[in-house]
Amino acid sequence: MSRGTLFDKVWQLHEIGQLEGGQRQLFIGLHLIHEVTSPQAFAMLRERNLTVAFPERTLATVDHIVPTADQTRPFVDTLAEEMMQSLEVNTRESGIRLYNVGSGKQGVVHIIAPELGLTQPGMTVACGDSHTATHGAFGAIAFGIGTSQVRDVLASQTLSMEPLKVRRVEVNGKLAPGVFAKDVILHIIRHLGVKGGVGFAYEFAGSCIEALGMEERMTICNMAIEGGARCGYINPDQITFDYLKGREFAPKGDEWQRAVAWWRSIASDVDADYDDLVRFDASDISPTLTWGITPGQALGLDEALPQVASFEEEEQDLIRQAYEYMDLRPGESMLGLAIDVAFIGSCTNGRISDLREVAHICQLHGGRVPASVKTVVVPGSEAVKAEAEAEGLDKIFVAHGFDWRNAGCSMCLAMNPDKLIGRQICASTSNRNFKGRQGSPSGRTLLMSPAMVALAALEGKVSDVRPLLKREVKS
Amino acid sequence: MSAITTISGRAIPLRGNDIDTDRIIPARFLRCVTFDGLGEHVFADDRIQLKTAGKVHPFDNAAYAGASILIAGNNFGCGSSREHAPQSLQKWGINAVVGSSFAEIFFNNNIALGLPCVCLSASEIEKLQSVIEADPKLRVEVDLVAGQVRAGELTFAASIPEGARQMFLRGLWDATGQLLENMGKVRQRVTEIPYLNGF
Repeated sequence: MSRGTLFDKVWQLHEIGQLEGGQRQLFIGLHLIHEVTSPQAFAMLRERNLTVAFPERTLATVDHIVPTADQTRPFVDTLAEEMMQSLEVNTRESGIRLYNVGSGKQGVVHIIAPELGLTQPGMTVACGDSHTATHGAFGAIAFGIGTSQVRDVLASQTLSMEPLKVRRVEVNGKLAPGVFAKDVILHIIRHLGVKGGVGFAYEFAGSCIEALGMEERMTICNMAIEGGARCGYINPDQITFDYLKGREFAPKGDEWQRAVAWWRSIASDVDADYDDLVRFDASDISPTLTWGITPGQALGLDEALPQVASFEEEEQDLIRQAYEYMDLRPGESMLGLAIDVAFIGSCTNGRISDLREVAHICQLHGGRVPASVKTVVVPGSEAVKAEAEAEGLDKIFVAHGFDWRNAGCSMCLAMNPDKLIGRQICASTSNRNFKGRQGSPSGRTLLMSPAMVALAALEGKVSDVRPLLKREVKS
Repeated sequence: MSAITTISGRAIPLRGNDIDTDRIIPARFLRCVTFDGLGEHVFADDRIQLKTAGKVHPFDNAAYAGASILIAGNNFGCGSSREHAPQSLQKWGINAVVGSSFAEIFFNNNIALGLPCVCLSASEIEKLQSVIEADPKLRVEVDLVAGQVRAGELTFAASIPEGARQMFLRGLWDATGQLLENMGKVRQRVTEIPYLNGF
């Protein structure tokens, strides 16, 4: 059993007690809701004549169904409009803050809570969305939950949960130019497996992880769930505090000093015990992309597509299925594979640093997206959009042939008008390459870092970002 | 809530591992404010694709019509936290899922709906799926009291976390009532959490 980890400390502070069935009741410090998984929860509350217990600890926004082009109300999609109205009515009646389109604060729920300073170290966070793990980048314990659990949190601000084991996932050393946080997490999932983390919280640590900025840390924690872990986190440090300082909901004045002292105290002890420890070397990580239909079916750019026989027997069926769906063959290289669509955005990579990297690649490359490639660049929030435009990034995107949009989840899961068509292949900064994930039942997704997606768009094919960035390091 | 002890009925074998929530219920069907009507869209894209290829998905196979126990593979329900996935299975008529492993959020969502998920080994799943394919009329029992899955002559020891098992057996699977009983303690704890009290 783990002892002295951040997970243990935060869990103990928030555990109310053991329930009759043996599960634990856990207090949730921050509850984030959105239009997709909350309407049924509010309906369940009404059925049971219950009200929202802590509306001030709850925040709502709209992200999944919001169109990224024309946002005029009512939305053209009447089902989406109905969901919007439902959230508007439910939040108004319950006294819950809603950051709606046009407020300047709307965006993907996992992007806006950090940028507003709402997500802080030592908190428990829950949201009816599996990528809630993102908030772990701040040293919070953050869980994705289902709608019945959204009802539970609305009604009681608590959840019924089983405690987790803690695995320390260390990445040590320095990343080569052209290798980013997205490559690190794809590498980890590839090696630990998509179900390797079941039953665990992942503590990401080691010199490589500790050197990452907050936005990169969010990318890592965001995809902890893709490795099967219920949550992932990184111990808070000076980088965390520097990010939070001055944000709207961050502590101010004397409170700030007390907060930092407490945040330091909840980090894992140096002699903490873990249930498991795995180590990776940053120098083993190359630009990584998925080729198959799970985030674990990934490979480094220099590698050939794996032979079916190189996988465990019970995995081989899925590997064959992946090859058939993706129309790829073992032994081939992914380099040079033509793409139809490039999507930059999502809760994994829709932050300002991601957009800056895309603009950077545009400028280094100097070319224009060929007519054969459709591009969608979607800021993660209205604030990211404003920041990008203030820096002139939008002009760079447009000059290089990219389509600049409004904030939302967009083509990550395509619950809005942004969708793949037919067998299109999409280079995507999102988090899932499941069959049909991007809106076409036969559409194909290649997950990559923003830099790799940008270059794939400009070249019209999967390309190696390293020569471009190496030249820059030399000059 | 009522206790759930044994689920019995005919079963539907669904071969394949890592079947994710996007496949169980594609995202376009999530544009809704109630879970009603989700049942008919369960595995929508997989079913259409097989039909186009001239094959039959188990959920479209008349031999399994009316089956209430799903026999799945490894890491079933991975991906999204969307409760729409178990809701669509339940609304289709599934009352229990037997698999070799489940994704965690999916498993928890199923508990909250009173839809037990129990585990057998991969080889036992294979055996079970084969006997059901050979005889779709076979009666299968998921016995949470004895911790067994039975099918005809076969009896397997099934595993399910004890906490979850107790919640079904004691009718505590809908947690809201229990959580609300402790609101006094919750309000007390609120005064002890640093970030809720100016640190």
